Order: sequence, then C-alpha cells, then structure tokens
Amino acid sequence: MSELHTVELIVNGVPRTADVPARRLLSDFLRHDLELTGTHVGCEHGVCGACTVLVDGDPMRSCLLFAVSVNGASITTIEGCGPATGELGPVQQAFLECHGLQCGFCTPGFVTTITAYLEENPDPTEDEARHAIAGNLCRCTGYQNIVASVLRAAELKREATAAI
Amino acid sequence: MSTRIPGALGEPIARREDPRLLTGRGRYVDDFGQQALEVAFVRSPHAHARILDIDVTGALDVDGLVAIYTYDDLEGRVAEPLPVLIPHPALTHGRTQYALAKDEVNHVGEAVAMVVAADRYVAEDAAGLIRVEYQPLPPVVGIEAAREASTLVHQDVPGNVAANMVQEQGDARAAIAAAPHVIELDLAIERSASTPLEGKGVYARWDADDASLRVYSATQASTSVRSAIAAKLDLPPDRVEVIAPDVGGGFGVTIVHPWPEEILVPWAAIRLGQEVKWTEDRREHFVSAAHERGQLQHITAGFDDDGRLLGLDVRIWHDNGAYTPYGIVVPIVTSTQLLGPYKPGAYRVEFDSLYTNTVTVTPYRGAGRPQGCFAMERTMDAIAARLGLDRTVVRERNFIQPDEMPYDHGLIFQDGRPLIYDSGDYPATLAKIKKLVGWDEFEAFREQAQAEGRRVGIGLACYVEGTGVGPYEGGWVKVETDGSVVVATGLTTQGQGHQTAFAQVVASELGVPIDRVTVVTGDTRRFRYAVGTFASRAAVMSGNAIAAAARKVRQKALRIAAEALEADPGDLEILDGVVQVKGAPGASIPLSTVAVLSNPLRYAFDEETKRATQFATVADPDKPPVAEGDEPGLEATGYYSPPRSTFANGMHAAIVETDPATAEIKILRYCVVHDCGTLINPRIVEGQIHGGVAQGVGGALYERMVYDQDGQLLNASFMDFLMPYATEVPVVETDHLQTPSPLNPLGIKGAGEAGVIPGAAVIAAAIEDAEGIPIIRMPISPSELYELRHAHPASKERP
Repeated sequence: MSELHTVELIVNGVPRTADVPARRLLSDFLRHDLELTGTHVGCEHGVCGACTVLVDGDPMRSCLLFAVSVNGASITTIEGCGPATGELGPVQQAFLECHGLQCGFCTPGFVTTITAYLEENPDPTEDEARHAIAGNLCRCTGYQNIVASVLRAAELKREATAAI
Repeated sequence: MSTRIPGALGEPIARREDPRLLTGRGRYVDDFGQQALEVAFVRSPHAHARILDIDVTGALDVDGLVAIYTYDDLEGRVAEPLPVLIPHPALTHGRTQYALAKDEVNHVGEAVAMVVAADRYVAEDAAGLIRVEYQPLPPVVGIEAAREASTLVHQDVPGNVAANMVQEQGDARAAIAAAPHVIELDLAIERSASTPLEGKGVYARWDADDASLRVYSATQASTSVRSAIAAKLDLPPDRVEVIAPDVGGGFGVTIVHPWPEEILVPWAAIRLGQEVKWTEDRREHFVSAAHERGQLQHITAGFDDDGRLLGLDVRIWHDNGAYTPYGIVVPIVTSTQLLGPYKPGAYRVEFDSLYTNTVTVTPYRGAGRPQGCFAMERTMDAIAARLGLDRTVVRERNFIQPDEMPYDHGLIFQDGRPLIYDSGDYPATLAKIKKLVGWDEFEAFREQAQAEGRRVGIGLACYVEGTGVGPYEGGWVKVETDGSVVVATGLTTQGQGHQTAFAQVVASELGVPIDRVTVVTGDTRRFRYAVGTFASRAAVMSGNAIAAAARKVRQKALRIAAEALEADPGDLEILDGVVQVKGAPGASIPLSTVAVLSNPLRYAFDEETKRATQFATVADPDKPPVAEGDEPGLEATGYYSPPRSTFANGMHAAIVETDPATAEIKILRYCVVHDCGTLINPRIVEGQIHGGVAQGVGGALYERMVYDQDGQLLNASFMDFLMPYATEVPVVETDHLQTPSPLNPLGIKGAGEAGVIPGAAVIAAAIEDAEGIPIIRMPISPSELYELRHAHPASKERP
C-alpha cells in the first residue's frame, strides 16, 4: 500500500481525522473514510457539481481536490446545511416546498452551492438565481423548481433574519 | 370518500421522501458496503477486434489486488451470452454480449476483464497493468455504413440486419399513388442517452451460513434482476434478494438487465466469500451502458386538397448498436406511436434494426416516440407548407375525434396488444395550446420582431403516448396495530416520488392521514412479484394495484369494526384513521384497534395487544378464531393487470429566436398542454414535465453522441456531451386536461415520459418557421443552422 498521510478537517463543525493515501479525493475521503455519504459523485471530472462542498465557506468540487490538499480546512457538506442533524436549513426547506428535487442525487451539490451563494447575494432576481445554479447539472427537474427554490430560500432567510 | 383529507388523491402536497434526501440521508448503492471489495473493469479500446491474448502478470504484484477474472474464468450459465429480454418473431438475428468478452469485442467499452481489489483506486491500478492483445477488425459506424453492409458487425448476421418488420393497415402505397398531393421527406435523428446523474452500481453480499445472497442494484427492475441472478448463478430464487434503494435517475437505461456487472459482482462475491461492490464511473456509463434515438427515416405521404392524409408510407432504419438485449421495442414504438393523434389513412411502416460497432441502443425516456413524433409532425408541417394552410388547421383535420374513441389503428403495439386508443380529446388539447402560446397572435409578434431586425418562429408538435403497459403490478397494504400503514410494491423508484404518490392513493382509499403511511418500492424482500418501472407505467400499474389492496383492507376493516360496534358495515366510514358510524362519531373504533382485533393472539406484548388474546376476547366459542376463508391481520395484496395500454396525449408549442448573424438559437417560450387522466399529485406531474422538456431541449439543440469513423466515442464526458444547464432550459408554461382512462379504476394515464417526446419536433418546427429552411435533422447546432442558411439562399429573404 502507498504511504498514508494524516488528514485533519473540521467537518460540519466536528474535528475529523483519517490516514489516507495522498491521491485520495476529498469526495472519497468524505464518503468512504468519514462515511458522510450525502456528498455524491456524478462525473469525477468537475462538471456536474453533485460533489460540491463548502471549503472554508467557498463552494468547491470535492472530486477535483485531494483530501491532503485541504488539510486543516473547515468543510460543510449537505449533512451540515441544517440547524441540527436531520433538520432542514432554509435552502433545504425551500427545495421541499418548491419540489426542487426528484431523484435527489444532484441535490447536495445544489444545496451547498446555493447556501454559499445566498450568503453573498441575499436578494437575487430570478435571472440571477438561474445563473447562480448554472454550474450544476440536474437530469430530473429541468431546473425550473430549483430556480424557484433559490428565490424561496432567500425569502426564508430574510424572514428568519427579520424574526431575530 | 366522503370528506377531503389532506394528502388525498389529487392534492399537490410536498414529497415525503424529500427531508431524507435533502439532509444527506438518502441511501444510493455506493453508500452501502463501505467495507466491500471494489471492482474495476478492463474495457475494450477498440470498436471491433479479436482478442488474441490477455496477460495479467503485470498486475499480480499490485498490493491490495484480490482477483482478476476473464471470460475463461466464467463457469456454467455465467459463461453464456446474456439473455435477449424481449424476444420477437421479427428479431431473426438477435445477439447479446457475454458478461466478459469472449474472443471478440464489438464496441469500445465492452468489458474484457474484471479486477477485484481492496478499493477502487487499487482495482484501477491493477486494471491498468493488464495487457490485452487485440487484432483490430474494420468497424461499422453509423446507419449508412450499417445499411450498406460492406462490413459486418457479426459475421453471421447478413446485411447487419437484426430485424426487419412491416406493419400495414390498408394499402398505403395504392392510396398514395391515387392521392392528389404527395410529399417525400428524408429525416434523421442522432443519438443521445439517458445519462442519469448516478451511474449504474451493484453491491452484493453473500451469506455463506444462510446460503443467501443480497444484491443492491441501481436498477429499474429489481424483481427481474433477482430472477436473472438466480437463473445465471443457479441459485434458488428464494435465496436471492434484490433491492433498488434510492436511485439517482434512470430514464430507461437501467430497465435493461441483467447488465454484465449485475451477474459478475454477485458471482464474485460468492466465489470470494466477501462483499463486492462496483460503482460505474461517468466514462464507463458513456461507453458501456446504453444510448438511444439514432434513426434515419424516409416518409411518403399522400393527401387531399384539404391536407387530409390518405396514405402514409414510412421506412425506418434504426441503429441498435452492437447487441439487442432489449429486443426491438424501440423501433416498434417508433413505428406505432408515430401516428400520434392522427388518422393516417392507409398506413405502412417498415423498419430495419441494424447492428453497428457502437454502444447498445435500448430505451431512453420516450423510447422511440421522439423519433416517431418528429417524423409525423415534420410531415404535418410539410403538408401545411405545400397547401399554404395554417399548421394547426392541417393537424385538426387529421385528428381522431373524441366520439371516435376507442380508436383502433389496426396495428400491434409494443406490448403485443392491439394499438387501440382508449380516450382523449385532441381538439380540446389543441384549443388549449393555441390559447396558451398565443398562436393566433403570433404573426403580430413576428412583425414587431422583424421591425426590430429580429428573427422569430413558432412551432407546434402533438403526441400520443401509450402508457401503463402490462403485464401487471401488485401492491400490499397493511395496517399495523399502532395504526400506521405500510405499503409495498415491487416496481422501483428513480425520483418519481412514489413514496408520496402511492401514499396519497392509500390515504384516500383507507381514510388515514398520509403521515401514517410508509411506502417501500423495488425491494424483493417486501414484495415478490413485479415487472419494472418503464413506459410511464408506475402510477397506472402500481397505483391501481395498491388501490385494489387498500380497498380490500378497507372492506375487512369495516367488517371487523361493524362486529365490534354492532353496526352494519354499510353504515360505517373511515375518517382520519378512525372507523365510525356515519353521522354518529361517538360510535367509533380506531383502525389500530381494528388491526389488533384482526389478529387473534395467544401472546401479548403491550396493553393494546392484550385485547386480542384468547382470554380477553368474547368470540363465539364454537367458531374458529380465524373464520374459514379469512386470514389474520389487517392486510391485503392486490394486483392490476390491464387489457392493454392507456393512451395519454399532449401538445407542445415553442417560440424561438434565431440570431441573424450568429445563428444562435434561443427558446423564447415553451408551452405544454397535456392530458394524463387523473392526477395523483399535480406537483409531481408538473415536475415530470419540466424534466422531460429539459431532456427534449437537450435532444433538440445540444446532445449527440459523436463517434468517429473508428468507432471511438469522442465526447464521452460531461465536459463534451452537452447536457443542458439551467441557462439552456426555458421556463415551461403548462396547462392540463384530465380525461380519465376508462381502463383502470383510478382513471390514470402515465406521465413520466411525455415531456421529452415532442422536443425535437417542436423546436425543429419553430426554427423552420423562423428561417424558412426545411429542418430535417436533429439536433441542430448554431453552426449547422449557419451552414443551412448558406445552402438555402431563399432564407436570406428573411431579416
């Protein structure tokens, strides 16, 4: 076996570590070493976006990153996009309300991408919402309800902020 | 149902599977078996070659390697060719591959050797060190080359013809010869593919102590996969379980089975006594799964001065790729569903299904219908152009009228049953689509656009889709003693929301809150008889089967409750999970208690079940606790088996703008009117339409499989195969009709595939209208349109 390297990450707020070969992709590290299988792999060449996770808050394709290359980073996966395990965050709630998913395979990448987008663009127009998701592939929905989900998520976030 | 209940049939409720899928708690095949050995395949780099030698010695020292298998290692029925799933008398030369190639490979990507190792990385390391010596043979690529047949794919298949089939109703050629007007069209549709976001995957666990096998597969037909595995591995079927867990899309490609991997992975798991898993990567999916669509068509149509068809003669050349595991379903569907909502006069259709050294062709959403729709709708537009008539007028004059239903076309459909349309109101659908898109106002819009130097066009396309094909599906419904309801059906789910839609059926039939209903699909442990998910059949087939089971449960619940309440069953109703005397809510009994009473007990485990034990009940001491002919438990199984398919229909209209300089094509509006009978959940149906339209747009403007002359697939990645992103898909405007099917109790027609069917036809029509150039090949790129403009100087007359 090839030489192993210790990778330490903060994943969804929890320190996680595993010893892996240098070539272990971040996507495989999350899925198979940490057994966080919510992150999905659709193409392994960075086009579909299903594997998108937040690395120190920025959306990145985990299939194009080696786990060792993000050692020490803070990672957010779909499992960490809600307020608590199994609970829905605003983006997830919006997908539920707007029928923004069908098979659910691409969905984790959309949710992480939109979560990061709305942090910087809290009030997108419909056209902006469409472009915000234009780097992710979905084969089921035709995107119409995902665009609606972006807008609804922004609304939910604003409502939550107003309520505080 | 006396009262509307939340979540009942017809309510656009949110999906019950979504909270799980939205929080990373979905379970797809690769999420199972974290400790399993993993598989990689050595696949042919040649489109056509003889295998001279396979040398594995270079791979043997790879740390973590467990096993390498080639054809010579296969034994028993695993070494035989894979089955022809749907035999047909016209399929005179059906050919299928071996699980691992034997002596010869017939497309790039065909599996040659299987490597099992500690993980996928190591398996790929070893696969890369296996040396295969090939003698390349000349490949057959493209329909023209297959038809010319100067080179053969299979030496024992003359002319590369797997099947030739003719269907005829009346004397089409005589009718055309006598017709006042005749047009001929040569049309072409290129290949695309289902391309679900999750590829195929198989995970097998062999329990040697129990002599049982459990297999997880991302399949559309788990029950049939089970039968195939049992047969191939010579196992008793009741020792094999197959489960389709959460599956990341299907769109047809995984109705084919068994794939080589569905046999090889469990075979290796048994042989090695260890868990084994294979997860298809994207390139593998492009070169070793399946494609569809590729056809050439020649159409001759005879018609009268009003544009009414008198005779239609269609010749189809269908590219079936290297093998025919799914028979000739796709060209049969094209040649029958081509007729759409029209009366063709006399009709003759003949197809050749041709071998090429390319990936096998099997159904992709629409399954031959998009090509048929393209043929017929291009013909309608050509007739309108010839006679100078409005395109909607020509269509209307050829429609089957509502009072002509049921309408028998005199042909045999893909299910071996007569092609008889059960219902539909095509003039009403046309009126709705004209209104939705503003057909009659378009010329004003065109003039306005022209004044601005813009070029726009409008198109229309109509389809009829045979859905809900047999032979049958089943459903099982059980009320537990806590009042919850569990439901199982054998067909599988790939994102259609079955856990919601079927729960709505049960909630309606039983009168229980939907949040008490749980649905399981595609798990042979839970339901043993099934056919599969294809042909827009799940809601029709399993929906009605589950409804039948739920009605039996309801009858039994009312009978037991009537005894307990000393009432007449006819006076009872079930509301919110409680059986009560109509108009007297005080006299009631919860379904949970009815479930307890339905199952006489000797042993109790809680307060509730004490009521059913032998010293607690006051049953007649002279009668058996379970009456003759009765069964314990508040549960039932039901089946639905239709006499033939039920026919949904719809019409799409699109407005496009083409750039006068760059020939860029933009869809300005996309309108859909469809009729799939009773809607279980309108929100889910809308979603199915949106997704279908996106695939239709992909097939019209972007997606094609680009093979070079050597049979290399040049765009086998998501970087190069252009699936639409959000920026390429138009907003879909929809309107519905609901003409219930008379063939099934719920009145449902299928909805899954409809959205994709008219895509190429409607976009071609709109571009043709914008440009004044005949559009006869799809998909069409801006470059191709640009070249067409130069080949058709007349088009320059338009701005």
